[in-house]
Amino acid sequence: MLREVEGSLYKLKYIRDEGRRIAIETIKEIGKPQTDPTARVDRFLEYFTISPQSLDPAGIVWKLEHILDVRDARFKDEVRLLAPAADETQANNLENTLEAAMALNYIYKVIRHYYLLGKKTLSLYIIMQIQMILPLVMREAEAYASALKAFAYGQPIGDGVGALVAAKLMHGHPVRKVPKDCVVAEVPFEGRTAYVIKAEGPGGNVGKPGDAIKTIIEENEGKIANIIMIDAALKLEGEEVGEVAEGVGAAIGGPGVDQFKIEETILKYRIPINAVIIKEDIGDAVSPMRKEIFEAADKAIERIRQVILERTKEGDKVIIAGVGNTIGIGQ
Amino acid sequence: MSRSENKSSAATRVSSFVLLIIFVTLALALAALVLAISLYSNPETQGIAVYWLLLGFIGLALSTYVLFQTRQRILRLRIETPPITTTIECRKCGFKSVREFQRGDYVFKEVEPCQKCNEKMIITAIYREVREKGKTPSFPY
Repeated sequence: MLREVEGSLYKLKYIRDEGRRIAIETIKEIGKPQTDPTARVDRFLEYFTISPQSLDPAGIVWKLEHILDVRDARFKDEVRLLAPAADETQANNLENTLEAAMALNYIYKVIRHYYLLGKKTLSLYIIMQIQMILPLVMREAEAYASALKAFAYGQPIGDGVGALVAAKLMHGHPVRKVPKDCVVAEVPFEGRTAYVIKAEGPGGNVGKPGDAIKTIIEENEGKIANIIMIDAALKLEGEEVGEVAEGVGAAIGGPGVDQFKIEETILKYRIPINAVIIKEDIGDAVSPMRKEIFEAADKAIERIRQVILERTKEGDKVIIAGVGNTIGIGQ
Repeated sequence: MSRSENKSSAATRVSSFVLLIIFVTLALALAALVLAISLYSNPETQGIAVYWLLLGFIGLALSTYVLFQTRQRILRLRIETPPITTTIECRKCGFKSVREFQRGDYVFKEVEPCQKCNEKMIITAIYREVREKGKTPSFPY
């Protein structure tokens, strides 16, 4: 058992080192820094975020949002210092690359911690615990390793399928920016007006769809007949990659701030919300987009068409929000 | 693009000391086999030849196995990067071309003019194709 954990730890170390190497090489290649970025990257890999205190949960969403905004601003500043020659798209991709390297560093350190602790205390139970979750941890680490390359090269990832659906719908129509880091296009769709929202691409960016949806609802004084959200969702084993499913609710992951904002706004104006999800596993979500997922975007558009035809009348206004990381996807 | 990344790192490099031991064992095993053959030609030393032959085969098998295992370990560590394809289409005449992904490509990016109608082409798809290894579900329902 110990040998098995040791072998996996060795592989995790290799993946972590590769991640760090790719991040440093990409920064040197794109950012053209004056000095060697290695020490700064190493410092970046150790960054942490402390989530707000939840003893009194009232107002915790806003506290969490503030902390995440501070983190985001700090990361952006750090990337600008590391890679002064990078444009906005490249800076976003670099930020994502560093975040993937950070995740790999963290996974390696946690597994090493339990391995060493188990050896030090001679506790079989500690070793057994990591050995039991090791296949899942390895899968996640391998997924992050492929994500790192996708981010470094600016390739679309599986998580971006929601953004891809929105991009396909809005392509060829004038777009404008909406807070925060999102774009919206007014698209005539089956006799209705669809406000198609996605994060601004093609750099690695998820934007704040919660703010964008709220802005559009308020611009229209709540007169929105329906909201349809499209996102990638984790599939269960046995389900096919790229399977499209439909339901109700705000289809959005992340820490929950955007979901909270969307739910608050739709409750205020009593707007129905539908969700279309495209199924994939964790490995597919963060690695370069698979053909099956790419092709599922057209199936999702068909499903959106059905929902709109069934749930709204001609002349209505609807919001179609494609959620996910828009890396490698323009508009 | 992805092939250039497979540079040797500390983890994928095989220790030169281990390689030296493997090759010394291999050379000794071969020498033992040659010796066994020469001893076998003499009827008086045929008994000893069998021992040398056995020793030679054991050495040969052992060094080949260790060499194979070392290579397997390196292959297991490598992160596979499947090729990424970019599809470029002309919206006017429908001309389509597929090439390997290049840094800077993104979906809906305008690229070089069409070879047929000189209209600007756009990238319509970027994806990877996954070939499932022996995909036979153990639970077919």
